[in-house]
This record gives sequence, structure tokens and C-alpha cells, in this order.
Amino acid sequence: MSGNKNLVVEGKLAVNERIKGESNFLRGTIAKDLTDDMTGGFTSDNFQLIRFHGMYQQDDRDIRPERMKQKLEPLHNVMLRARLPGGVISPTQWLAIDKFADDYTMYGSIRLTTRQTFQFHGVLKPHMKLMHQTLNAVGIDSIATAGDVNRNVLCTSNPEVSYFHQEAYAWATKISEHLLPKTRAYAEVWLDGEKVETTDVEPILGSNYLPRKFKTTVVIPPQNDVDVHANDLNFVAIEDNGKLIGFNVLVGGGLAMTHGDHATFPRKADNFGFIGLDDTLAIAEAVVTTQRDWGNRVNRKNAKTKYTLERVGVDTFKAEVEKRANVQFAADKDFEFTGRGDRYGWVEGVDGNYHLTCFIENGRILDYPGKTLKSGCKAIAEIHSGEFRMTANQNLVIAGVTPELKDQIDALAKANGLMPSVSNQRKDSMACVSLPTCPLAMAEAERYLPDAVTEIESMLTKHGIPDESIIYRVTGCPNGCGRAMLAEVGLVGKGPGKYNLHLGGNKAGTRIPKMYKENITDTEIMSILDELIGQWAQERQANECFGDYVIRAGVVAEVVDPAKDFYA
Amino acid sequence: MSNNNNFGTGGLIDPSQLNQITQAIAGLNANQLTWMSGYMAGMAALQDPTLAAPQQISAVAAAEPVGNLTIIYGSQTGNAKGIAVAYQAKASAAGIPAKVVSMADYKPRQIKNETHIAIVVSTHGEGEAPDDAVELHEFLGSKKAPKLPNLKYAVLGLGDTSYEFFCQTAKDFDTRLATLGATAVVERVDCDVDYDSAAAKWQDDILAKIKDDLTAKTTQVPVAAAANTASVASIYSKKNPFSGTLLASQKITGRDSVKDIRHIEISLEDSGIQYQAGDALGVYFLNDADMVTRVIAAYGLDADASVTIGEHTLSLGHALTEKCELTLSYPTFVKALADTTNDPGLVALLADKTALREYLVPRQIVDIAIDYPVAITAQQLVDACRPLTARLYSIASSQSEVEDEVHLTVALVEYDAHGFTHQGGASGFLSTRLEEGAAVKVYVERNDNFRLPADPNTPVIMVGPGTGIAPFRAFMQERDAQDAQGNNWLFFGNPNFTQDFLYQTEWQGYVKSGLLSKVSLAFSRDQAEKVYVQHRLVEQGAEVYKWLEQGAHFYVCGDANHMAKDVEQALLDIYQTHGKQTADEAKKSLLALRKAKRYQKDVY
Repeated sequence: MSGNKNLVVEGKLAVNERIKGESNFLRGTIAKDLTDDMTGGFTSDNFQLIRFHGMYQQDDRDIRPERMKQKLEPLHNVMLRARLPGGVISPTQWLAIDKFADDYTMYGSIRLTTRQTFQFHGVLKPHMKLMHQTLNAVGIDSIATAGDVNRNVLCTSNPEVSYFHQEAYAWATKISEHLLPKTRAYAEVWLDGEKVETTDVEPILGSNYLPRKFKTTVVIPPQNDVDVHANDLNFVAIEDNGKLIGFNVLVGGGLAMTHGDHATFPRKADNFGFIGLDDTLAIAEAVVTTQRDWGNRVNRKNAKTKYTLERVGVDTFKAEVEKRANVQFAADKDFEFTGRGDRYGWVEGVDGNYHLTCFIENGRILDYPGKTLKSGCKAIAEIHSGEFRMTANQNLVIAGVTPELKDQIDALAKANGLMPSVSNQRKDSMACVSLPTCPLAMAEAERYLPDAVTEIESMLTKHGIPDESIIYRVTGCPNGCGRAMLAEVGLVGKGPGKYNLHLGGNKAGTRIPKMYKENITDTEIMSILDELIGQWAQERQANECFGDYVIRAGVVAEVVDPAKDFYA
Repeated sequence: MSNNNNFGTGGLIDPSQLNQITQAIAGLNANQLTWMSGYMAGMAALQDPTLAAPQQISAVAAAEPVGNLTIIYGSQTGNAKGIAVAYQAKASAAGIPAKVVSMADYKPRQIKNETHIAIVVSTHGEGEAPDDAVELHEFLGSKKAPKLPNLKYAVLGLGDTSYEFFCQTAKDFDTRLATLGATAVVERVDCDVDYDSAAAKWQDDILAKIKDDLTAKTTQVPVAAAANTASVASIYSKKNPFSGTLLASQKITGRDSVKDIRHIEISLEDSGIQYQAGDALGVYFLNDADMVTRVIAAYGLDADASVTIGEHTLSLGHALTEKCELTLSYPTFVKALADTTNDPGLVALLADKTALREYLVPRQIVDIAIDYPVAITAQQLVDACRPLTARLYSIASSQSEVEDEVHLTVALVEYDAHGFTHQGGASGFLSTRLEEGAAVKVYVERNDNFRLPADPNTPVIMVGPGTGIAPFRAFMQERDAQDAQGNNWLFFGNPNFTQDFLYQTEWQGYVKSGLLSKVSLAFSRDQAEKVYVQHRLVEQGAEVYKWLEQGAHFYVCGDANHMAKDVEQALLDIYQTHGKQTADEAKKSLLALRKAKRYQKDVY
């Protein structure tokens, strides 16, 4: 399509390209595997293909060796990641997922994730169709929330400016629908949909789909809660006199890397310029099809948009997008990101309704002793007339609460531990799921985070700055779901109890932290942090955040152009 | 007649047969005659396995080419596989045919039949073996590992120097193989993340060294003792059990199972004991020390008191531990005590037979002792007890696969009652009390009524829910070793798929290899309504009937009271529904099946 051979990487195609190409538009032989009761898992190609339907095959890794000795296969199950553009879910939908989590998941939880949606963990094969049908009945699907496609589209969960959020959210939904796979495979396989005698066509994604995963956001400055630099394509909302007039388009962010492979690195997105609202879908499509045609299909480790930009050059890529969309980017409009955290507690919206942002540690909605988060959400869903919004920080907003219901919902939230009094440090800390369910995990993340934060809290107290906080993130592997590569202190799992320690991101999420020490224990990390936090408390300038301080003090060098200086 | 003796046929072959043989072999040279002798021995083994002597089979085998290269890989990622597959191509280009196998699919015991192996293995986490490699890695470091003096090997480690335990698993394989007497062809190479050139050099170095080995046909390789399926009479018996060694006692139900089922491996090394698939193993056990103490305490006796059993004098403690039946309960015990003591309670209990039975069922001797602590002597106690008898378990292994081991599938009987934990005699002994490496007295109990069909092409249907699976594991090992072509269909059931699928990974392997043609599973508690094997049989009735019409043998093992009866009813239903037979005709069909030895049961 490009006609220019230099823009396409030649060579033997990666294995996944064969799998996609032979999959008959993502059907594979999934239906046959579902009837194989000898195993709870899927055969090799289908193992990959179910991701395009929003599921990952996982197992309880804590007991994998034990089961091998027991001559039992790993405790195979799937994790499902729902498609929920902008993280918006209705109370009716909430009640349905709450019940399914109770009845049919091994862990009984609803897990809010950094992709601003929820995941079910631990669903066994005999219940998989029921899961999709249950979701379908309330208007939720999980199409393309994983795999080499455009995944769940994020949107800033800005609770106060509800009309603005409504507009941005509408765009997130439109973009998600526009870029969705058109194959009927999902309906056929999971919903027992009728087999239609027409050939599937994928006008945007192509029959081989994208070279690699693709992530899109709609963001409302000054909030950067969606972390634009972790995403391939970002639409930065620009307003004029309180009206949404268009977007700055940021392309080519991404945090994933591979340990030991210096050809992989986290990268920030480039600003292509401003477009009017009417051009949004055309531009989204053009960025996706350019990446579809130019992305590296030979080496999956270099297949994401960020590497395509590095290889062909930002200007070449941008020119191609303009050509395909038949749109010229205008000069970008001014905007500034100031922070990424959610605003906890109640705020009044411009429409007179109220919004309550609840802090959910690790995004794990489950009943804990004295903290019945799941029962609390359920009780609220039973009376709430507005909606729920999941945030990209794994928290939950109870949005659009009418004045009449405010007191009642406030009481329920308090009684069930949804409005905990927690430190700023805990609010600014985040971890991915990791062990025991994630097959990629190399070290603990979610299970490690709460105690680690407690230690950091006591350091801050010890050094006389108990109300300060550091953006602290732990991710179990270099794929980076925990977005540690945009943290002031980022830990990347390397092995059991071992992490690479990165320092030097900033509050707004516009700087990538540099590796300070490789493959060290959590004890070593804590002792390093204790010392550095002590120095920061003494030597910091007015309002100087920890990430800025460690660069000024020369602890680590600033990462300016990661392609050149991330490993330097 | 006397003529025949001249040819040493001992009357086995009549003159006309001899004539045919003489004609058939006329003109053959010495090599051809040698080949014929092996061929005929093989034919004989097919007709009657008891006639096949190992040395005859090895005569055939020795005439085949010797020495092979097997490339074995194990890793979490595909890197080791990539290297292994590429290496196979390279070796083959150099004129050395090589086999590539994942450690996940490799039977550890197979290693003693190898001559040359190349191992490519990565290291996981903090120096542990990757999942696929765990079994082989553990096996080579265990007591079960065979000596490997004839094995030549090479090891390539894949790792990352930023980890503390760089290439630890490769190092382990190297050390373990060397310890077992194997010879390294080249020194181990430990590769860092960038492994391409080091791996290539390692491959070339090995090929250079082994090329001569594997092309020179003079290498004499000992042929492993061929499968001998006969239950050869040995000096060991029920009266004179062999003292075997417990090699492994492994729970094979998941951590959340409602059952505790163990896979038991016992070494018969140096016993000469041979068994066939279908046989049972008699297991003698020692009673639980705590239980013995409770019995002695209940009667206020002294463990050191002398008692006489037959012509042996021994301590009461010893007698109760080794000689007396304590984990079953029986009316004769109550009667003996009542007769001895005239205790009114015991006399009354004995008077009502029904009440006595109901009383005894949930109790062991220790419970009776606690309920009726009558005054008796140590000798009177021992005399009241039945002699301890061995427990029989269907053997879960074939010697063609496990050689001098015997495997069992044992459900641990354990429950809390009357204030303390009770265990089954043999199941508690094998599962929890006997340490690995300790001795256990065993003997083989032949069961000629539960045998695979003589013809390896005959299809087989096996119904074995719960521990009834045991003999079918033996059957499949045997058929695998025979390379039998007959179809095999397994029906298995248990409470939950995730927790109770006994030997799941082995069955998966047999399905993958094609040995098992069909598996029908019934996990009773995985859905609202309970589903059992008999329901699966009925569901699959048309196919079952077809198999039976094609001459399939039908086997049932497990619970006699409910399951076996329900399965038999299912079979009758199948004859009626799919064979269009009346109830009477169906009964006759089943009878005919049984008479033809095509319907065999091992139920308890």
C-alpha cells in the first residue's frame, strides 16, 4: 500500500503473523478447544487468538510446581478484560458483573485496571461462554481488549466538568467503535451467534490485524490520568470558551521493553499538531493504517508504533497520516499537564449532581475484613441512578449522584471502606496485577505494593515530610502494565524478589525515569530510597518533586531522548 | 516319534511341521538364519508373552544400528527449542540423524536407553529449573536415577548474567550427568542473553566429536532388557513377602480436593519379581504407633509385656504393630473379649447381631477398646485379634515402562471420630507414615481375570472412576510399550476436574501420542446435576455398541457396590437401545461377552 519498500521491514514474518493470517478472522479452532474437556487450556494458536476476544489464558502460578508433581496440568483459567471505553459502567451492568465474579470466578473479585476497565480473574473453561453471554445481556463485550488491535480506549475521568467529560467520552466511544475488528468471530464463538455466509472484511485493521498492540486515549488537560506517553495515539482535548473544538494528536508513546534487549525502550509520544473535531476518526484511522502497513511484522519486539516512528522518522509518518486522512495538522494548541492522580472524595459537578471518587488499593474490589469494598459497591449500585467510572489509576468514581441520594451513598461508602483515610503516598502508588495469575510476571507487584508503601510512608515521616508523596509504581515485568516507566520511582520485576530500580520521572508523567540499579532486592531498594528521600527532604528547592530532585542532584541523568539516552 | 528327538524338538513339533520348516529355511545363510530365529521369537512373544525370553529379543535388536543423538530442550521461552530444532537440521546435514524432544514430553527413564544426548536448557527465576525441565532435573538428582556409564552428553545453558544464579540449571544437569557416570563430549557452555554465536560453536564442537562415534558401527551398546510381560514365579509370596523400598508417595489430587489420593512407587529391585498389567500388589503394613499406644492404654497393659503368637514370642507393642488387625473391626474380637471377661456390656452387644454390625461398621479396634476397657491380659488381647492381613491394590504400572518398580494408586482413608484421627491401615501407612526410602513388604497377587487382549489390535474400553483408574494406567503403559495398534477408550470420573483428574498429564500425553483414542470424563460436582461414568456410557451408547461389535474388550475397575452395578446396567441399556435387543437378549449378550473374557471386572 505504501509502495515504498524501505518503509516496510522485510524478512521472515513473526510466528504471530502466521497465526493471525490463518485464523479465519480470529476464529481459529477456539470452538473446538471449548469442547475439549481433557484440558482447561487452549492449544497453541488459540492461546494467542482468545486475546483478540479479550481473554488471556493464565494459571495459578503459586501452585504450578505443586500441580506438576500431582500430575495435574497447571490450573488453567482465563482472565477477561472488558471493553469499556472511558471506563463508564451503569449500575445495572455493575450488578451483573458483581454476581458473575461471585458465582464463577476463582478469586471472586472485580479488578479495576490501568486500562480503565475491569478484569475477571480465574474463569474456568466451562464458564467462559456463560461469561460472555452474561456480559452481552447487559451490553458489555470484551472485543479487542488484548491482542494486536486497538484496545480499550481511555478517557480522562474528570468528574467536575461533566458536560466536557460527556463530549470526550463520546469521542472515546466513537473511536473505539470505529477501530474495532469487524469480524463476526466473537459473536459466533461466544454468543452462539448465527454463522452468516458472508466473507469477513477488515477495512481498517486488515486480515492480519495490526503488527502489535495499539493503545488510544482521549485526555482532558491539565489531567494526564491516562498517561498519554504510555499510549500509541492520544487525542488531547482543546477547549475554547468552554467548548471542545478539537484535539492535539500525540503519537508513538509506549512503555514496554524487554530485559537485556537494548533495541527496546520506553518512548514518549510526539505531538503531530492540532485537528478539528470532524477530522478525529479519519486521523485515528490513518494513524492505525499507517502503523498497520509500516509496523515491523518480522520482529515483534520492535513492532509497536514507537519503533515505526523511530525507524521511518516522525515527519515521514506524519506526512503519510496526512495523506491517508486527507487532513493537514495545524500548529498544536497550548496545553499543560499538571498531574495524574484522581481527586478523592466528593465534588459537585456543574450540573448540580455530585461525584464521589473512591480510593481502591490495587484496584482490587473484593470484601476484605473490615473493608467490604465489593459489598459496598453492590449496595450503591442497587440504589444509584447515575453511573460508575473506572479511572486509569484503578480507582472508582460514583458519578452523577443526585442530591437526594448523596447522604445515603456517602454512608454506604463510609461503612464499606470505600472512603478510607490514606496518605498522599498511598494515593500516588500503583501496581499491575502480576503474580500469581499473570503468566508474564517475573516479580510480585500487586501483592507487594501495600507493605512497600507502608515502608515509604514511614520514611517520609522519619524525614519530616509525612504529607509529601512520590509517584511510586511497581510493575511485574518489563511489559509495563503498572506504567513504572512514567513514575518518579519505578520498579520493574526481574526475578522473584528482584527489581530494576528506575528514578527520575515527574508528577505530570512527561519524563521517563532512568535505571539506577539493576536486579536488586526490595531490601536494597528500600535502603536506597531511605537515603535519597532523606537527602531530598533536606536539599529540595521549593515545590521540587522527588523525580526532579534526583536529576538536579545528579543521582541519575535525565532521559531526554530515550532512543539514545535510556541505556546510555 | 523318536525321529523328532534327533532334532531336539522334544515332541513339540510334529514331522510334517518339521518338514515345512526345513523347506522354508533351505538356502538361507548364517546371518539370515540368525535373523529368522529372532523373528520367530518375536512371533512367539506376540502369541504368548510368557515364552519370550529377553536374550532372544536382544538378538534381534543387536542387529539394528546402534547409537543415536537425542537433543533435549527445556525452557520457558522458545529460545531453547529454536536452538534444538536448528541443531537437528545441522546434525542431519552432517549425516547424523537426530531426534528433538521437549523435556516436557521426555520420559526421564528413557535416558538410560540413550547413547548421545545434547541438552539445551534455560534457568528460571532464582536458579530453578524451568517448568518443563523440572521432572527430568529432579529425576537425575534423585535416588531413582540410573547409572549412565555409556552415555555421552553435552549441555548448553541459556541465561542472563545479570541474574545471580546464572545458568544454574545447566550446571546442575552437567554435574548430575557426570555423577551418574556419563561422559561430557564437550565442556558445558553457558550463554548470556546474546547466545547465537556461542550456541553455534557448541553445536559444531559436538558434531566434530561425535561424528566418528555415531557413524562407527562397532560401538557395542547394551540393549535394555526387553519387555517381559510374564508373571514369572519368584521366591516371594504372600507367606514370604519381598521387602521393597518406598520410592515415592505423592499426593495426586489438588490442594482443594475433597479426596486425598496418592501415587505410590515401590522399588522391587533385585527381587526378580515380575507382574503383568492387571495384577494386584499385596501390601503389609505397620499399625500406627499412636493407635497402638491408645489400645494398650485403654486396657491398662504394658507395651513390653511378652506375648506368644504361634511359636514366636514378642512384646505386646510389637505384636499389635505388626501382627494384629486393628484398623478393621470384627465380631470375633467382641466375642473373644466377652467370653474372656463376661463383661455385661460386651455380652449385651454380642446378643443383638444387627446392633453389633451397626456398632462395628464405623469403628476400629481402638474405639472398642476405649468403649469397653475390660480387664484382660496382653495375651488375651493378642488372641482376640485377627492376624493382620495384607491389603491388595490394583497395580498401576507396567514393567515394560517401570521395570523393577511397582506403582499403586491409593486413596488415603483418614477421618476424625470419637475424638481423634483415624487412618486406614495400609493407606495411612503408605501415604503418611512410611518415609521415602523405608521398607515395605509386598507380593504380587496374580489376576488372570483382568488382562489386556492377547491381540494388540483389539480395541479396549476401560471404565475406571476414582482409584479404579489404576490398572488402566498399567494397561496403557503396556500397550504403549507394545506399540499396540488397537483403539483405547477411557472412561474416568471423580468429583472435580481441576482437583481430581488422576494422572491428567499422563492421559494428555497418551491422547497427544495417539495411544488413547477417546477419553470420556464425568466430574460429578462440576455442575448442578451429578454426572457419573455410567451416564457417559449411555450418552456414548451408539459408539460403545459399535466398539463392542468390533470386538472391543470391556473393563471395569473400582467400586463394586454402586459403580460397577450401574455400569453393568448401562451396558444392558446399550444392548437394548443400540442393539435393538430385549432385556433377556441383552442379558445373554452380556453373558456371552463375559464368557468370551471380553467383559472383565476388578471391583472392590
